[in-house]
Amino acid sequence: MSEQLVFIVFQDNDNARYLADAIMADNPHAEMQHQPAMIRIQADKRLVINRETMEEELGRDWDVQEMLIDVISIGGNVDEDDDHFILEWN
Amino acid sequence: MAVKNKKLNLKDKYQYLTRDMAWEPTYQKKEDIYPDESFEGIKIVDWSQWEDPFRLTMDAYWKYQAEKEKKLYAIFDAFAQNNGHQNITDARYVNALKLFLTGVSPLEHAAFQGYSKVGRQFSGAGARVACQMQAIDELRHSQTQQHAMSHYNKHFNGLHDAAHMHDRVWFLSVPKSFFDDARTAGPFEFLTAISFSFEYVLTNLLFVPFMSGAAYNNDMATVTFGFSAQSDEARHMTLGLEVIKFILEQHEDNVPIVQRWIDKWFWRGFRLLSLVSMMMDYMLPKKVMSWAEAWEVYYEQNGGALFKDLERYGIRPPKYEDVANEAKHHLSHQLWTTFYQYSQATNFHTWIPTEEEMDWMSEKYPDTFDKYYRPRYEFLAKEHAEGRRYYNNTLPQLCQVCQVPTLFTEKGDATKLSHRQIEHEGERYHFCSEACCDIFKDEPEKYVQAWLPVHQIYQGNCEGGDVETVVQNYYHINIGEDNFEYVGSPDHKRWQFIKGMAPQQKGDDQAEKTVQKPNAA
Repeated sequence: MSEQLVFIVFQDNDNARYLADAIMADNPHAEMQHQPAMIRIQADKRLVINRETMEEELGRDWDVQEMLIDVISIGGNVDEDDDHFILEWN
Repeated sequence: MAVKNKKLNLKDKYQYLTRDMAWEPTYQKKEDIYPDESFEGIKIVDWSQWEDPFRLTMDAYWKYQAEKEKKLYAIFDAFAQNNGHQNITDARYVNALKLFLTGVSPLEHAAFQGYSKVGRQFSGAGARVACQMQAIDELRHSQTQQHAMSHYNKHFNGLHDAAHMHDRVWFLSVPKSFFDDARTAGPFEFLTAISFSFEYVLTNLLFVPFMSGAAYNNDMATVTFGFSAQSDEARHMTLGLEVIKFILEQHEDNVPIVQRWIDKWFWRGFRLLSLVSMMMDYMLPKKVMSWAEAWEVYYEQNGGALFKDLERYGIRPPKYEDVANEAKHHLSHQLWTTFYQYSQATNFHTWIPTEEEMDWMSEKYPDTFDKYYRPRYEFLAKEHAEGRRYYNNTLPQLCQVCQVPTLFTEKGDATKLSHRQIEHEGERYHFCSEACCDIFKDEPEKYVQAWLPVHQIYQGNCEGGDVETVVQNYYHINIGEDNFEYVGSPDHKRWQFIKGMAPQQKGDDQAEKTVQKPNAA
């Protein structure tokens, strides 16, 4: 397998559906999978969550760390600051 | 004139927490304050390079953890108030929770102790803060799991004395000895073992597909604590990866030491998770994915990406990974057939899978199930039908390292038992595999001290010489209630009553005490 997949898993709830939408909007190469009670998104090499996109989706201010409430698991190196949350492999 | 305080950004806040709250000691030597930091041979040149990528500060930590707890306990209340246990797919499922509460929850508590301890032992403030938060998380997991399952304890057997059982029962020495091994190692080995190998590489297999399975089987309480715990794990996993990269970047001499630990703890974790393979394939009445599929996604795919990333440090995938990958086709079946034979000595029930379940396994394990395992179940089912439900009365040979009975087979030959033995200072030691034997040879002085439950029974250290006395008195397993076959057990009868399929048994005290009659006026 040549792909090096990063992934993120959320609880399948109202908060996380906005997150999933924001991720799919900003990461066209990502693939979304639904399993009981959870949403799993994987992508080759890199996934990004942008605060700006989330704020547009939600119509309110959003702190990147709010994702901690609904995330179940991640795979990849994490880089987080006030504007984005990035998962990537080198 | 008051200047309006500029709001600190994430990086600044984290910087203040982990740098400016630490100081250089002046009237004590650093090595006296942190005496365990150097004996493992790990060389740290610059602790300030340590960075938590989540940059979590205490105020944010408490805020988000409090919100998680509020959500979680609201669901526990709803579950209990609405008799959620009556809505699960089948009471056989509860047996997975019995294994969880006795095998996994005490590990959360052990992790709490472990992180509290190593958090004291690092001279870097960033590492200390991360360990402190993780210690609090682990304590939370231990507590929330006990709270979630206390509801099941009112209605099903085998959940009444988990902490006691964890310290004594034969198969629970597998998880117990795993954490004892890690906690008695040095601080860097502990982090490699638990933060990296266990949390990052392996725990997804338990907390993601199994918890999704709990949801699929309508266990609202368990999936909620599982995902709530795993949301902390997302931080822990990130820490695990950062720990490894940090240690490797500090000094090239660290590479071979870390590689040896990765080899050891991957294997120990893999052996521990064999219990989860059986929970997924056999103990979830409605299946989400097979153990083999979960292993492919969460180890082969994710682990593959991870170890490719670590290549640049000179780290290779764990030794014996090939054995673990091949074992995915056999693991759950070999475990379940073993536990089936020893149900007289467990706090949970076992059973023969239904025809439908066996067809699912044939589909998921096309090369192995019909060839090796279905015939065994057909034989055992026939024995049971003819009044000879099989129990094995010979206690199993345990592996000196992982403490699992030597039940696994050789890679590439599922009819050949995998067994190694060596002599060390005049004593003979037995192992389930080459990998466990390697671990022993590396540190024999540690593993000769292993407390092997079967040996202890035979040596008379478990309050009796026969299995029945040990099980009842030493393990606190109630004979005829907690143990033996599921079909016909008190749990089974209670479930049939709940579902309106059988009248309540006269004299079944526990059912009378606890079962709420549906629609009772």
